[in-house]
Amino acid sequence: MARAVTTQRKAINTLIAWIVGLLIFFPILWIFILSFHSEGDAIKSPLEVITSTWTFESYATVQERSNYFRHFWNSVVISVGSTVLGLIIAVPSAWAMAFVPGKRTKDVLMWMLSTKMLPPVGVLLPIYLICQNLGLLDTRIALVFILMMINLPIIIWMLYTYFREIPGEILEAARMDGASLREEVIYVLLPMAVPGIASTLLLNIILAWNEAFWTLTLTAAKAAPLTAFIASYSSPEGLFYAKLSAASIMAIAPILIMGWFSQKQLVRGLTFGAVK
Amino acid sequence: MATKASRTAARAMISPSVILLLGWMLIPLGLTIYFSLLRYNLLMPGARPFVGWENYEFFITNPAFTTALINTLLLVGGVLLITVIGGVLLALLLNLEMWGQGIVRILVIAPFFVMPTVSALVWKNMFMNPVNGLFGYLAKGLGLEPFDFLSQAPLASIIGIVSWQWLPFATLILLTAIQSLDSEQLEAAEMDGAGPFSRFFYITLPHLARAITVVVLIQTIFLLSIFAEIFVTTNGGPGNASTNLTFLIYKESLLSFDVGAGSAGGVIAIILANIVAIFLMRMIGKNLDA
Repeated sequence: MARAVTTQRKAINTLIAWIVGLLIFFPILWIFILSFHSEGDAIKSPLEVITSTWTFESYATVQERSNYFRHFWNSVVISVGSTVLGLIIAVPSAWAMAFVPGKRTKDVLMWMLSTKMLPPVGVLLPIYLICQNLGLLDTRIALVFILMMINLPIIIWMLYTYFREIPGEILEAARMDGASLREEVIYVLLPMAVPGIASTLLLNIILAWNEAFWTLTLTAAKAAPLTAFIASYSSPEGLFYAKLSAASIMAIAPILIMGWFSQKQLVRGLTFGAVK
Repeated sequence: MATKASRTAARAMISPSVILLLGWMLIPLGLTIYFSLLRYNLLMPGARPFVGWENYEFFITNPAFTTALINTLLLVGGVLLITVIGGVLLALLLNLEMWGQGIVRILVIAPFFVMPTVSALVWKNMFMNPVNGLFGYLAKGLGLEPFDFLSQAPLASIIGIVSWQWLPFATLILLTAIQSLDSEQLEAAEMDGAGPFSRFFYITLPHLARAITVVVLIQTIFLLSIFAEIFVTTNGGPGNASTNLTFLIYKESLLSFDVGAGSAGGVIAIILANIVAIFLMRMIGKNLDA
C-alpha cells in the first residue's frame, strides 16, 4: 500500500481481525483444550473445564482402547500411497503436455478435469460391487487406487501449471553450453520442477487424508483410516468428549501443519489455475 | 520445435494417465447406467430382468426424492450464500493493514484442513448438544432454554457446519484476487471523491467477479456431494429432514441394497452435477488460452 495508515486505524484493524480470526479458529482451540482434561471434567461448564486439572490421560486411553495408531497408519498409507502413485503416473504426462504441446493437449486436459466432476455417489454401486467381487472391501489397496484415481486430474493439472512456467529457452541454453541430456535433466530441469512437485504432493496428501466418502463407504474395522475411525464416535450417544477431542487433535494436527505450509499453493491447486 | 520423435515420446508419456482415467470413467459409468435399467436387489437373489425406466420412475416418484432435491438446493444455496458473502468480508478485512496478519490468516484458513467427520462431530457434540454443548451453556447463562439444533433445525445446523468448513476456501481465493487489485485505481477513485461504498461496488466487486464465479462453481461441485457431515450428525433425519440427494442414493444403495434404484439415482446425480460442470469447464477453458 502506498498510503500510510495511521497507527490508530491499524490498531482497530488488528483488534477486529484478531477477534474474527479467533472466533473462526475457536472450535479447534476448544477441542485442543478438552483433549487435555479427564472425561468427567470435559462435560462441565466452560469455566470449570478450564480450571480443572490438565492431563494427558485421554491420549493414552484412545490408543489403549481402540488401537488408534493402526487407523493413523491406515491414513498415512492411503494418503501418501495414493498421492505418490498418482505422481508417478502424472509427472510424465504433465511434462509431455507442458513441453511438447500438441493440437489436442488442451482438449485432453479439459477432458481429464471433467472426470473430476463425476459425483462419487453416481458410481458408488459399481465400485462397491467390483470391490466386493474382488474381495477388496475394507482393504487399503482399494482405497489407495480409488483415491489415486479421484485425485489424478488435480495432480496432472497442478503439475501442468507449474511445468508450463519453466522457460524452454533455459534448456536450449544448457544444451548450447554443452550439457548432455542427463546433465540437462539433473541440473536444469529437476531443480526447477521440484518445488511444483512438492506442493502438488503436499496438497494431494491433504485432500486424500480428509477424503470422507469412499473411506466411509468402503471400509469397516480393518482398513479404516482416521476419517472412518472418528465417525465411529458418532454412533452411541455416549459422551466421550475428552477422547473424541484427543483422537481428533491427533487426526488433524499433521494436516493442519502441512496445510499452513502449503497455503500459497492451495489457491492455485484448487482452482485449477483459474485464480493465481 | 517438437520433432516427430519427441511427439511419439510425449504420446507414450501421456497414455498411462489417459487410459486409467478413461477406464475409471467409462467402466463405472457404464455399469451404473446398465444397473439402473435392471430390477436388481442384493437382498433378493435370482434373475435380474430388464425393466427399462421402472427404477427411474420408482426413484423420482418416491416422496423422499423431492425432499432430498429441495434439501440439496437449500444446502448448496445456503452454504454458497454464507461463504461468498462471509468470504468477501473476511478477504476485505484480511487485506487491511494490521499487526500479525500472517497469524490471523493461519487462524482463518485452519477449518479447511479439518477432516469432515471431525468438524461435524465437534460441532454436534461440543457446541450443538443441548445438554453439554457450549451453545447450551451459553443459552443457560443468558437465561434461555437450550436449543436442540440437530433435531429441531437439522438442515440449518448442517448448513452452518459446512459453511464453517468452506469459508476459508472462499476467503483464501477472494483474498488472492483482492491482492491483485491495482491500489492506484482505488486511490484515483478516492481522489475523485468516491466514498468507501462506491469504491467497493464499482471497483473491488467487479474485479472480484471472476474469482467469485470460480468459488461458486468449484464449491457447488463439492457441495452437491456432501455426505460425511450428514452421516455422522443426523443420518439424514429426523425422517428425511436433512437427507440430500447423495445421502438418499447412499441409503437406497447400501442400506436397502436396491442396486437398480440406487443406480437410477446415481444417474440423476451425475446429470445434475454435469449441468454445473459445463459452466465451470468453460471458465477454466477460457483461462487456458490466456
